[in-house]
Amino acid sequence: MAKLNSKHVIWKLLASLLLFYTIIGGLMMEVPRLPILNETIRALYFHVPMWFGMIILLLISAVYSIRYLNKDDQAYDDIAVEFANAGVIFGVLGIVTGMIWAQFTWGAWWSGDPKQNGSAIALMTYFAYFILRNSLSDQQQKARISAIYNIFAFATLIPLLFILPRLTDSLHPGNGGNPGFNAYDMDSKLRLVFYPAVIGWTLLGVWIASLRIRIKRLKSDMNDLEYQR
Amino acid sequence: MLFQEVLALIKKEFVLEWRQRYALNGMILYVFSTVFICYLSFNVKGAQLHPITWNALFWIIILFTAINGIAKSFNQERYGRFYYYYALVSAQGIIVAKMIYNALLMLLLAILGISVYSLVLGNPVADWPLYLLNMILSAIGFSTTLTLVSGIASKASNSPTLMAILSFPVILPMLLIIIAISKNAIDGLDRSVSDSSLLVLVAINLIVLSLSYILFPYLWRS
Repeated sequence: MAKLNSKHVIWKLLASLLLFYTIIGGLMMEVPRLPILNETIRALYFHVPMWFGMIILLLISAVYSIRYLNKDDQAYDDIAVEFANAGVIFGVLGIVTGMIWAQFTWGAWWSGDPKQNGSAIALMTYFAYFILRNSLSDQQQKARISAIYNIFAFATLIPLLFILPRLTDSLHPGNGGNPGFNAYDMDSKLRLVFYPAVIGWTLLGVWIASLRIRIKRLKSDMNDLEYQR
Repeated sequence: MLFQEVLALIKKEFVLEWRQRYALNGMILYVFSTVFICYLSFNVKGAQLHPITWNALFWIIILFTAINGIAKSFNQERYGRFYYYYALVSAQGIIVAKMIYNALLMLLLAILGISVYSLVLGNPVADWPLYLLNMILSAIGFSTTLTLVSGIASKASNSPTLMAILSFPVILPMLLIIIAISKNAIDGLDRSVSDSSLLVLVAINLIVLSLSYILFPYLWRS
């Protein structure tokens, strides 16, 4: 058996510990009592980190797309795709958890909130990215053209997610006059779990992506071996 | 150098469009008939449509016209001719020329569209200068975004579908701001209300423009 590399084990261990802490601490510890939100404030530990995770994973994906364009290395393309995949999984989970939360606090699964719409558009962008990849057959052309679209799409996502919601009123906590988790409401008890939760979930995303990258590499190595025989 | 290149390429686009007039006429007829279909489907006389509906409907028509019109910008010429351009001019020259040409084309189609649209469905716009400024900015925005996307889509197989699904999410933030500004212009609100939106629109235009300029050479090489 291959010797375990301690550097690779440490961050996975950290991810597991942080997530255990998030789940146990997030469900058991005291939370501030706010009107409307009540106990659903605990969604902060499970719903909000999905968005942080998604943005970070998609950013990594965009960075590797840029590196691919600089240097035609297939490995960079694999990394970009798998990070985009993991980011989309986080986005879907974020939308689903958000909808469940919205049903209990706003009374509707979908209420046309700018952040809901923005996240739905963000997911549409990346589904289009995957369809684009599948409709190109040549490996190198696929990698290059999808890298171009990935960078382009990520750059247009920034105004969509960070500027537009601020120009309109929103029901979403943290916007306007709603009780929520903005800088003033976020009390130190929430932070105690929230920051570890963000780091933990993001590391989990990186873990998923790295496993899938390794599977992809093994598969392509196997193909090469098959070819040589 | 780049400037002369761009000028020559824009001239080429105009000549090409004039020689293949069926494409241009097709687009103009596309706008007219879409407007007419909307008019007949709503089945109302002029100035009876609610301003919100009036506004959204017009921009949806323009969006689809833009996607259809710009989708052809890399399909119009035969593939072999691109090798010739590749040897002759820089990639930046090509994308800038195509973007300027498409912006002018979009502006023409939008102006034709609004004329027919106001003729049959009435016209509630109160602040025309703002509305026209918005229209010019949107023509530039649509052309900068869609020109690169059409380049991407032309490389793939099912390109008409791909053109639409690739451009919808990318163009949506821009479209939402455009609709908001033109709603302000229809209501004749004070100009200062639209200031921040106009600024964001210009900023998105600049982001998309510079990205297309940087990314297109990579697309051109493949």
